[in-house]
Amino acid sequence: MDRDYTELLHRCFRCGWCKLPTNYQDFNCPAYLKYRFESFASGGRMWLIRAWLNGEIEPGERFAKILYSCVTCRNCVEACALPNIKDRLVDIFVAARADLVEQGRIPPAVRDYLKALSVSGNPYKMPQEHRGNWAEGLGIERYHGQEYLFYVGDVGSYDEVGMRMARSVAALLQSAGVSLGILGEEETSDGNDARALGEKGLADYLAGQNIGTFRNKGVKKIITLSPHGYNAMRNEYPVCGGVFEVFHYTQIINLLLGGRIRPGEYLKRVTYHDPCYLGRWNNEYGAPRRILGSIRGLVFVEMDRNRNNALCCGGGGGNFFTDMLGTGPDLSSRARVREALATGAEIIAVACPQCYKMLDDAVKAEGAQDAIEVKEVSEIVSASWGSHL
Amino acid sequence: MDQIHERLTEIVGAAYVSDAAEEKFIYSRDQGVQEPHAPDYVVLPGSAEEVSAVVGLANREKIPVVPMGGGLVLSGLTIPQKGGIVLDMKRMNRIIEVNEKSHYAVVEAGTSQGMLDAYLKKHHSALKHSLPDAPPVATIAGNIAIHGSGHLSQSEGGFHSEMVTGLEVVLPTGELVRLGSCSTVPGWFSRAPLPDLVGLFLGWNGTTGVITKVGIKLYPRPPYHDVLVFMTEDIDAAPDILCRIINTGMAEDINYALAPKPDYLNGFQMTVINITAHSEEELGMKKKIIRESLRHYFETKEAGFMPVPPNLKANFLEVPQKALSKFADVRKGGGFEYVGAIMPLEKIPQACRAGMEITGRIGITYSLGARIIGRGHSAMFFFAYPFNRADASEVGKVARALEETNETALKLGGIPWKTEISGQQLILRQMDPQTRELMEKIRGVLDPNRIMNPGNWEVA
Amino acid sequence: MHELKFDPGMCGRCTTIDCIMKCQYLHYDLKTALSEHERLVDGEQSTILTDCVTCYACEEYCPYHNHPFYLIVDRQEELGVHPVPKPLEKSQVVMMGPRGKIRPKTLSPPVINMCFFTVMNACIRGRLFEGASLIGGSDIFCNLMFLHFARNSTIRQRLPQMIENIMKNYLEPSGVGELVCYHDECYGTYTSWAPAYGIEVPFRPVHLFDFIYRRLLELKADIKPLGVTVAYQRPCSNRLCPHTDHFVDDIFSLIGARRPKREFEYEHALCCGGVPEAQQRFELTEELQAKNVEDMKAAGAQYCVFNCPFCFWTLAERVFKAGLVPIMMSDLCLMALGE
Ligand SMILES: Cc1cc2nc3c(=O)[nH]c(=O)nc-3n(C[C@H](O)[C@H](O)[C@H](O)COP(=O)(O)OP(=O)(O)OC[C@H]3O[C@@H](n4cnc5c(N)ncnc54)[C@H](O)[C@@H]3O)c2cc1C
Ligand code: SF4
Ligand code: SF4
Repeated sequence: MDRDYTELLHRCFRCGWCKLPTNYQDFNCPAYLKYRFESFASGGRMWLIRAWLNGEIEPGERFAKILYSCVTCRNCVEACALPNIKDRLVDIFVAARADLVEQGRIPPAVRDYLKALSVSGNPYKMPQEHRGNWAEGLGIERYHGQEYLFYVGDVGSYDEVGMRMARSVAALLQSAGVSLGILGEEETSDGNDARALGEKGLADYLAGQNIGTFRNKGVKKIITLSPHGYNAMRNEYPVCGGVFEVFHYTQIINLLLGGRIRPGEYLKRVTYHDPCYLGRWNNEYGAPRRILGSIRGLVFVEMDRNRNNALCCGGGGGNFFTDMLGTGPDLSSRARVREALATGAEIIAVACPQCYKMLDDAVKAEGAQDAIEVKEVSEIVSASWGSHL
Repeated sequence: MDQIHERLTEIVGAAYVSDAAEEKFIYSRDQGVQEPHAPDYVVLPGSAEEVSAVVGLANREKIPVVPMGGGLVLSGLTIPQKGGIVLDMKRMNRIIEVNEKSHYAVVEAGTSQGMLDAYLKKHHSALKHSLPDAPPVATIAGNIAIHGSGHLSQSEGGFHSEMVTGLEVVLPTGELVRLGSCSTVPGWFSRAPLPDLVGLFLGWNGTTGVITKVGIKLYPRPPYHDVLVFMTEDIDAAPDILCRIINTGMAEDINYALAPKPDYLNGFQMTVINITAHSEEELGMKKKIIRESLRHYFETKEAGFMPVPPNLKANFLEVPQKALSKFADVRKGGGFEYVGAIMPLEKIPQACRAGMEITGRIGITYSLGARIIGRGHSAMFFFAYPFNRADASEVGKVARALEETNETALKLGGIPWKTEISGQQLILRQMDPQTRELMEKIRGVLDPNRIMNPGNWEVA
Repeated sequence: MHELKFDPGMCGRCTTIDCIMKCQYLHYDLKTALSEHERLVDGEQSTILTDCVTCYACEEYCPYHNHPFYLIVDRQEELGVHPVPKPLEKSQVVMMGPRGKIRPKTLSPPVINMCFFTVMNACIRGRLFEGASLIGGSDIFCNLMFLHFARNSTIRQRLPQMIENIMKNYLEPSGVGELVCYHDECYGTYTSWAPAYGIEVPFRPVHLFDFIYRRLLELKADIKPLGVTVAYQRPCSNRLCPHTDHFVDDIFSLIGARRPKREFEYEHALCCGGVPEAQQRFELTEELQAKNVEDMKAAGAQYCVFNCPFCFWTLAERVFKAGLVPIMMSDLCLMALGE
């Protein structure tokens, strides 16, 4: 591991501020919330990584589980008491995972994910030709110099919920007259989660592939469906030589509000769940809120943990695919649904396909289907728009 | 899997028992300089019944049990000296009742300070409990089990253990008992008028049982909050200054501190006075009265109130104080430990000098100071020594300094608080033999197999 | 070395003693003023020394520019009068002391001197400051604040080094001759205090307002007039350069802000209260702040604009509670530029 990181390991005080949001209301580290052993909190991880590097413990199965249960949500980065280490916490965990990848000591679920990604270019092991299937019937063209490339990513391309969301976003942007095209079968995984799992080589390779395709096609501006892709393209691709103007789709909708997008009425009580890769990773808290705030009749309620304090859905850092958190009432997605229920909201608005699926499943696990529903921001805008068309 | 592990799994579920190397490593040590000792099992109980079953099992099998809350005591009191089971109580964090009229809350033992505070802010915003400056994951039970203190210790009730209105406890033999009014009637409002058994579990470092529920006093949470900082350069003036402030009856929390860093504060002492009020006028009036009490000092220009810029003020007003956790990074090494000696106010100057002398001689740095407990009935004087945990020699120096400081504190007429096992030995040696014997007898009765947190409060 | 250029004869001939008679904090009749002033000039103990708020205003009041305020500070120091409690004073001396960390750097003009307040660097942004280079920190700090602490000696001792630091490390390597002073305490140092003590200033200090005004002229087409009424909190250091006050009006007229008629304005401006608070004069602090903010409100101000960060920290909360928006001058101008 990089010396810059090893020099920081022993500076963690294991004081546990990182387990909580800044209002202290409940555990906000999904891994700790689920497992409850000190070892599964950010501080525990710091000390265990140090112990491993010092030869005090062997990197066995449990060690790998501890490292991979971190969903890279960055709550710890936000809450850690020590300004001189906090920003690097997640980088350190990812770097430790990279060492495990190198030594071949990763959990089977992680291995399977990475393998599928490198063999099939997507974690679903689906044929590349099917990547554009989600767009069937929408009349969206392949990218050929339109203003924006609409990049949907793995979940938007292959997952049922993700595809629904991709369709909704695309349809809304189209009806607003946004000039966009997609890559379809030429799209490759954004590599964000591979990087978070410690497979930098694969992530760089995937980034390189996408960057090559984008360049060949003359792409300048990109709208991503997923905050994960947004993060990769905004923060990682430039390091790999790919500099583009990258937007999350909520930012585009926000820009068009009052002009080409004029939401109508939507008479529901709605709360919003901040995706970590949009919020804590990229500091975008305003756009989705402004969109929801512009809808007439929509009663917006915040959960107590919001913005930089939001509780992650548990799907970050590759865990959406590797499922290192398993099941049970202490899953952060389920805790999040309970928190949303407590606000009296009928809708949890999401802006990420992974959050969408995680929370949708959690609503079922909580048996709350009759009380609350997960909807994605563009779906809500479109539904309201319909109301006055 | 061994039999004990199997039984523990039956009691709390497989997910909440571990004998893996990773948990053994983490639970074998704390943030301070005490030697690590690994547990055999780490167990995370979810209810009092589970605690009772685990302790019952341990008692039958004569396995040590070490209750642990936040594990933030720093002095090694949750390190399992003789292995056995570490009971991490933090899954038990339900807030059971808040009685607004009788001003108390009943919480499960593992409820964190931060969580209770957030809960009160949201649901009972006119009330608060006394928060220690420990990181907010510290637990209510862990704090009262060691006679902790905090933001309302000066103005309201002294030590947090004095704010306890009742307890539910699993005895070392596994029985679940209730103490205080809740033993007799449904309410958890008071320890009086019953014979006070609550004290059997306060200050005992978990050697007499496992606390599973706590009734804790609540106090008004006035919406206005401000801070005054009085700066001096004469250590000997401290008792008088502190007394004058205390006697106004206007301050909430009063803390005194000195440290060699930053440079511009070296040689000066700061008294930080927190004030709360129900209106701007009340706040202004309280500040005025406090300032007036120190007129003699600032008129001679020998001391004075520091104008506090807004960013600094925000730090001072933060509860708990993150700044204290940041102290762990002073040596860029993630650690500090302190001797907190409970002592009479008039000993503060001597304690300051002793702290500087010891650290100067041993060659380490320090932060010294005191929180006032009660209306000046005592002070918790801290001698805090940061260290770099990657530097074994510095860790050794700090360990030595802590030992010397414990001795010095006793000599000064104070008593080290939540002290390391070696410090407990010092106290026991100096203690009246009859008292010591009484402690022994009580433990003999409660814990015949001596399973609870062995090593602590043990006559060597 | 570096003695104050003060002419006792001039004071001897003065019959009005504006320096004392106009003071807003010392309330003497002419007779007392004359005698206390004489004691001051003669180097004897005087109530002037203990009662002075150190607001710098007498530097402006003296029609002969004979530096009555600098004299007060010199005398306070000579006679051991500590306006601020000693621990606060000593700690400030260490806190603001040079760290010796300065290194040469080539900068492109305009070079803006942030004084000690590098925390305010974020204020220097947008088109108003396009291309500007920032310098600041303890190694180039003017130290003029020690006028409040009866420590002219500290300024005398440190200032020549600071000037040299600025020249050797920044201006000379960059071939720049002008230094824009973000804080008019620096501007006052270089245009008033340094000459009064015979210290040579080898660069041309530019007042921030002067700079902003010229920039705004260039950007005139982009200004959206604010149409708001803005009270100006004149800082003590502006007493050392009253000739710059007109820039407030000039800037306001460009950005469409109205400077309301106030009781405590221009010569009668009130101290923000920060220094009296440090002097432990709490009633006076309260009275000043209440009067000042009340006056702003009564004048119909919607904003209160500051030049001095210290005034801002001292008064912002109170101003805000009174329903006015506290804002730094640079931010107000950025607002007019739609930034
Ligand atoms: C930065 C910092 C600041 C601090 N400031 C303060 C302060 O202002 N005031 C203060 O009082 N302390 C302070 N502390 C010390 C300490 O962290 C607190 O007292 C804290 O509340 C201890 O609680 P805990 O849950 O961490 O206890 P632990 O460390 O887990 O346990 C402390 C002791 O209590 C026993 N125990 C824990 N839970 C139970 C239980 N359920 N039943 C029986 N015994 C139990 C343990 O066996 C141990 O002996 C500070 C510590 C740090 C690191
Ligand atoms: S990561 Fe930060 S907050 Fe968490 S235990 Fe370590 S030092 Fe404390
Ligand atoms: S990134 Fe999130 S899951 Fe990972 S340790 Fe930090 S808080 Fe826990």
